[in-house]
Formats: sequence, C-alpha cells, structure tokens
Amino acid sequence: MPHEHLSTIVVVGHGMVGQRFLEALAERGAAGRTRVVVLCEEPRPAYDRVRLTSYFTGTTPDELGLVPADFMRRNAIELHIGDPAESIDRAARTVTARSGRTFPYDTLVLATGSFPFVPPVPGKDLPGCFVYRTIEDLLAVEAYAKTATTGTVVGGGLLGLEAAGALSGLGLDTHIVEFAPRLMPAQVDEGGGAALLRTIENMGLTVHTGVGTREITADDDGHVRGMTLSDSSHLSTDLVIFSAGVRPRDQLARDCGLAVGERGGIVVDAQCRTSDPAVFAIGECALAADGRVYGLVAPGYDMAETVADTIVDTGERAFTGADLSTKLKLLGVDVASFGDAHGTAEGCLDVVYSDSRSGVYKKLVVSRDGVLLGGVLVGDADAYGMLRPLTGHVPPVAPEQLVLPAGLGGPALLGPESLPDDAVICSCHNVTKGAISACSSLPEAKQRTKAGTGCGSCVKTIGTLLPRSGDGGLCGCFARTRQELYEIALALRISSFTELLDGHGRPAARGGEGCEICKPAVASILAGLGNGHILDGEQAALQDTNDHFLANLQRNGSYSVVPRIPGGEITPDKLIVIGEVARDFGLYTKITGGQRIDLFGARVEQLPAIWARLVESGFESGHAYGKSLRTVKSCVGQTWCRYGVQDSARMAIDLELRYRGLRSPHKLKSAVSGCARECAEARSKDFGVIATAGGWNLYVGGNGGASPRHADLLVQDLTDDELVRLIDRFLMFYIRTADRLERTSVWLERIEGGLAHVRDVVVDDSLGICAELEALMAAHVAGYRDEWAETLDDPERLARFVSFVNAPGAPDPSIRFVPERGQIKPELPLLTLGATR
Amino acid sequence: MTTVQLRLEQGWFTVCATARLAPGRGVAALLPDGRQAAVFTDRRGRTYAIDNRDPFTGAYVLSRGLLGSTPEGRPYVASPLLKHRFDLETGVCLDDETQTVQTYLTGRSSWF
Repeated sequence: MPHEHLSTIVVVGHGMVGQRFLEALAERGAAGRTRVVVLCEEPRPAYDRVRLTSYFTGTTPDELGLVPADFMRRNAIELHIGDPAESIDRAARTVTARSGRTFPYDTLVLATGSFPFVPPVPGKDLPGCFVYRTIEDLLAVEAYAKTATTGTVVGGGLLGLEAAGALSGLGLDTHIVEFAPRLMPAQVDEGGGAALLRTIENMGLTVHTGVGTREITADDDGHVRGMTLSDSSHLSTDLVIFSAGVRPRDQLARDCGLAVGERGGIVVDAQCRTSDPAVFAIGECALAADGRVYGLVAPGYDMAETVADTIVDTGERAFTGADLSTKLKLLGVDVASFGDAHGTAEGCLDVVYSDSRSGVYKKLVVSRDGVLLGGVLVGDADAYGMLRPLTGHVPPVAPEQLVLPAGLGGPALLGPESLPDDAVICSCHNVTKGAISACSSLPEAKQRTKAGTGCGSCVKTIGTLLPRSGDGGLCGCFARTRQELYEIALALRISSFTELLDGHGRPAARGGEGCEICKPAVASILAGLGNGHILDGEQAALQDTNDHFLANLQRNGSYSVVPRIPGGEITPDKLIVIGEVARDFGLYTKITGGQRIDLFGARVEQLPAIWARLVESGFESGHAYGKSLRTVKSCVGQTWCRYGVQDSARMAIDLELRYRGLRSPHKLKSAVSGCARECAEARSKDFGVIATAGGWNLYVGGNGGASPRHADLLVQDLTDDELVRLIDRFLMFYIRTADRLERTSVWLERIEGGLAHVRDVVVDDSLGICAELEALMAAHVAGYRDEWAETLDDPERLARFVSFVNAPGAPDPSIRFVPERGQIKPELPLLTLGATR
Repeated sequence: MTTVQLRLEQGWFTVCATARLAPGRGVAALLPDGRQAAVFTDRRGRTYAIDNRDPFTGAYVLSRGLLGSTPEGRPYVASPLLKHRFDLETGVCLDDETQTVQTYLTGRSSWF
C-alpha cells in the first residue's frame, strides 16, 4: 500500500547515501508531506566522500558539500548535525540521540555507512596512527604531517593508494604496505597490478607487497616511530594511515536486536527492509539481498532509491545486486576495472595490451561469441567511458582494436554514437545514454539526470553526447523522433512496444504504460516493418480503437465500415452486395470522396457478421481506419474517355492493390488521371499520377483538406515499371523519415533539401538506400494479408468483438438511432457535463 | 482460473476471466443496474475500473481507449473520441479537472 508510512521518517546517518535518500524522498513529493528527521554524526552535512582526496589538491570542505543551500528548509527536513543516534527502541519505535533527545518514528532508515578496519596490531592507537574516511581525518593527517618526514599506508587498495598519494603530495617519503601479492587486488589482475607497481615506484613511492603489519612501534614520547612487518623487517615511519578495508557500521542494529550477517552488515531484503519491517538499511551498513556488502556509492544510491520507492511510491523497485565497475585517478595514474575484470566466466578469453615503458596495461575479457564481459585498464583509462557501457554487448570493432592506443588504430574509431541507447553512461546514478542524449547541455543533464555528479568519470563521455538541438521527442515517453525509433526498430529488429519503451524510452517512462501518442505511432512503425498482424499479441494493445476493431469509431460509439473498392471500380454484383449488407444490418450509406462506400452505424458485435458477408463476396478491408493507404482514385481513362491517353483505371487498381495495408506515419491518398485534364485530382494527393502521351508523370506531396498543397512533379514520362519502382522508393523513404502524423506535404516542406533532396535519394539513389527501400516494399507486398479475412478465421481475435465482455450477445443499449431522409442517424445523448456521478 | 471482480454496492460482481483482459486495453462490462464499467489491466497486471461513459461526448466508449501512464507513473485511459485522459485510480480527467468519472474497486478471485 502506498502512503502507509507517511508520518515520521527518521534517517540515521547523513552521508552520501543518506542524502541521496532524502533527495529521493523529495523527488517523490514525500518530504513535504511528512516529518523527516535526520541524525548526522559528523559536524557537517553530507559531502562527497568519493572525492575526499581532492581536499589535498585545493578543494575546500564546503566545495565537497552535497546539500544544496536551502534543500533542508525547502523540504522541511530536520537535520541534527553532530548528534548521532545512540540507541533504538524498536518496541516503542523511538531513536535516542547522543544529546539525549528522543525521536519517534514510523519508518526508520539506517544509513550509518562503514568504519575503517584497523587490524588489531599492537600500537595501532598511538599518536600518529590515522584512518582515512572523513574530512576530519584528513584535517588531522594534514596537521600531523607537518612534523613528519615519512608516512606509511597500510593497505594497497583503492583508498590506500589515494591516501598514499595524499601523503606523497604532502611531501612525505611514502610507503605502501599491502598484504596481497599486488596492489589493488580486488580490482586489477596480476598484469594490471604490475603496471601499477612500476608507475607508482617511478613516482618515488615504496611499495611492500606480500607482507602484513605485525606491530607499530613508538618513540620515547609515545609517538609512532616505525613498524615491524610480518617478515620481521622494520620500517621507519612517523605516521601510519590504516586503509585496510571498511566494515559495516551495524552496532546500533545489533544493539536493538536486528538481524546482522556473520561477517557484519544489517541483513536486508530486496527492498532493503531489515528483520523489522519498520526499519530499512541502505548503503555500506547493509548486507544486501544477494549476500554482499557494497562499499561503492552507486549501489548505495540504488538502495536509497529503492527504499524511497518502497515507502512512498510504487514499491516496484528492488535492489538485488550491483555493478562494481570503478575508474579512479590514483597518484595521477588512471585505473579502471569493470564487469568481469578477473575473467571468471567459463571459457572467456583475454585480450591484453601491455607496455611496461609507459606503464600502460589493458585487458579486456570477452566471451567466445565476442561479448565484452569486463576489463582492467591501468595507465590509460580513457576508453573506460566507452567500454563499460559496452559491457554485455558485442563491441562494434574487434576487441584488439579496443585495447590498442589511439595512434595505432585503436579506440579513436569508437565514438559514443556506437553505444547502444540503453548503455549506462553514469554508473553512479545509473543514467543511460538515451537519458543524457535527451538533454541539451551538461548542466541540464546533471540537473535532470544527476549524470556526472557522482564520481565524475563519465563527464567527458557525456560531453560528446551533447548538445543536441531541443527535445523533439515523439512524446512524454520517447525523447526520440519517430524516424529515430523507426531506425532503432529496424536496426535492432525490435518487435514489441515494451522492448522499445523499456530500452529506448525516456528514463521516467521505462517500465510504464506508454501513452496514447506513442503506442499507435510505434504500432505503425512495427507494422511498417512487417511484424505480423496488427491484432496479434502485444501489438493488439497499441492500436487505437479504429485499428483495434478494424473499423472507424463514430461519435455515438458505433463504427463505420469501408470495403476496399480499388480504383473506384466495382461490379454491379458487388455493388448489390454492399447494398444488401447495408440494408440487412440497417446501416447508413454514403459515397466517400475516395470513390468508395462507407457504411455507418455498426455496433462492435455486428462487425464480424458484416465482414463475413463482405469477405464472402470478395471484398477486403479498405483500411479506412488505419494510418495507411486509403484509396487510389481514378478516372475511367483511355478505355472509355475520348481524351484519355493511358489506362488510368488499371494503373489505379494496380497501385491500390500494391500498397494496400501499408502502414505509414499518416494516411496516404493517391489518384491516377488518364490525361492532363486531371479529373482524378491527382495533384491533391500524397502521390499522384497523371498520364502523358509518353507514359506517366509522378507528383508527390499534394494535399487537400485544411491546408491544400499541389503535389510537385518528381519525374515525368515514366514507364509502368519505372513508375512503380519510384513510388516504392518514395513511400518507403517517407515512412522511414517522417514524423508521427506528418503527411507527405508537410514532410516534403520540412525535410532538409526538400523536393530536390527527395529526388536525389529516390531517383538518383544518392544515399545508396534504394535497393533497401525496394526490398522493404517488396516484403510488404509479399506479406500482405487481408486483415478482415484473417480476423474472421481466428476465434481468438473474434472474441474481442463484443460490446460487453460479460454479455457477449448483448447490444450496447446506449447506441440508438433515429430516422432521417430514409436512413438512420445517431440519437445523440444529452450532455450533462459536470453532473457525473 | 482467476476472474476480475468489481465492488458494487451489493457486493463483488464478477466481470470476466482475467485472461480476457489484455494489458494496455480495456473491456466494457454491463452491470446489473444497466450501467457500464470500463475495466482495464496494465502491463504490471493491476486492474482498474471506471465508468464507461465519456462525459465529454456522452458516448460509452472509455473501455476502448488506450492506457497510458504519466511520467509520475499514474495510469490513465485516453478516450478514443476526443482523447481526454482519465486517471484510472481517481477517475479525475487529467485535462479538465472539473470532470470526473466514477471509479470501482477491483479485485481478483480464483478457484480451482
């Protein structure tokens, strides 16, 4: 149930993850509607711990801050600085802080983070021993270093190398002691560790691997003087930083009886709920549902979002694991690892580039079928921004090219345009290329998507994805145009709306329902790519009601029926059938502008019976309900008309039968006139054909309606075959490049280069796509089936033609008619706006 | 099999088998008192029911509209006639808040 917990939320801990949780609450509109209390141990609000070391290169503590100036006030959040939680009474649902104040809660969120693990060696608490976690730790190290000449970091992992870099920057003779046989054992492999070692030693640091710390020794004043290592060697040092990993801060949870893991961490489920349903734990203090404690910020953010979603929103979100990819600049050395960096997958292959002179080491792990699984980059991690999002995909170039330096024909080839749209660019905030591409500037991207505001390693890649002009997206669900979606569906063989929405929609729209704009547009794209009957499977739910019932909805809820009459030519027998059907079902009949007959007033449940009669007599769907070819109107032409110079009726019939059922961005109309008198009004059509003594002239982009436009001459004096081939190309080019509901007239005006460009493309094949366009049309022609005949043969499809699902035979009593001029007309309901019950 | 049910004044009313509802689409149900309900299911399998009458046209057509969701995730149906959107949880018209359609509580029951 939503809104269940919206009374008081107490958040214990105000680190990066705690702050992110508050933002997630605010974004969901919850923060203002509920009391939110935050207990913060440190003497300052949340700051960017990931960039902690940048303090030593001039970033002030304030600049590291993560909380916008009026964030707390604007969202009515009570933040208690320097007042950590001391105890939790789960029975009374209260938290008591160090100040003695007690806060009741309905929901408690523990975001207590982690503490640095200090190995239990003698002397570990001597003056001169430090940890490296908070701004206060750094200030203390900085002050103490003023009197020191040598510093040692215990631990050669990520944070240890950062700390060593800081000590080195403070002018200390710096040592690193790492128990494992190589630096950064968790992230890099042996080769990467070796490259890292060379580079770091070249910078004047001393690295001791494969040894542990046995004891810290003191001078006469009791200050750190040196240390004894596990191989009994002695190391002289004035200052020691322990950076041997972190442990979850779960003491509060232990004290109040919440379940914790054997090796620490508050046990939570996929919603980050602890063993007490009113208590959640997020970030480094939590033992996630997959049995891991995550020490990176991105998974913590993910957990924060999950809990916010669980408490105040849909509750659909879950945290079940995270990507541990990282990229860091350590001591000036780029180090990155991503995906399956150690190549643990069965049968995977390594592609390695190693240059020990420059300290560059790159390894990619690929599966046997070429999928990039992960990698390690040391010394040159520029490709990280490109490679990490490609993980799980087959890269567009051979993997060996991806590890070669740019000058050797390597990754310079590979631009962000080659990334799939769902590639995650910012892994801290899980922002995809698609979401970033929808923004017009870096500040906008940062503000709207938070991309680039975590570790910052992706900012360069983001820059290459920006700027793009305006939004121009199809609708609130897609930031892409219809044309782009068409190309995506074509290239990736996407055959379902949800696949397109979840993979290429705007981030907020993914997993949603889509909308009344994009659903029919995507249905049209998929239908245009020949993906089956429009009433089948998921596509059935995308069509607006006209396509759904293969008929045209009229104002009183009834439908009209238009059988195809190609070229407007019809036999007397068929004319009689239409008359009989209309009479027997009591339908209103009217001749349309497109030389056919419209039958009005059918109820949903009558449609199959009406069509059974029509199909039996050789009629087929006229697609009056679809964004598709309507009719190819014609004059009688040379056969009867004394002025005619070609057989326009035959050509009209041929064209109508060729393009019937073709789904397009908007309806398509056509006409063929047998001479220059133009009785068929071909120049008011999307594609019009006018007979000449030498063949056919093809006109395109005409329109009647509200904004009439005369069609432009594309090519003259075509043979029958040339005409058909050109129309094939023209229509497919239009379908491929037009926006949703953009008639050819508007498209021709909008498209860059206008008519001349269209002529270049479809006549002179300037883009080299004509063969493809023709093939697409050939596939359409070959795949055409009469939708109504198919529907009548399929009991499953027929089942939807009922007015009421629970009374299949019952007519809809709200559809009533009264007589007028010998036919029926709708009896319109009285409108009582505002009087709804 | 499971069925979709509506809560009416007199109790739960069975509309149809769950399988008759296609995600993203609706069906119309004739209620015992002659009124009509439009019943929907979304791709997450949640069901909704509102009055079938589009107050802007007076036509009983809301069941034939397309389901959508707002960026905030609120499910709605867009009337197939003039495309007014109605929130499926509250019945409020998203394009004209003065108009509301009745909503019904929905449920599922199953037996074997």
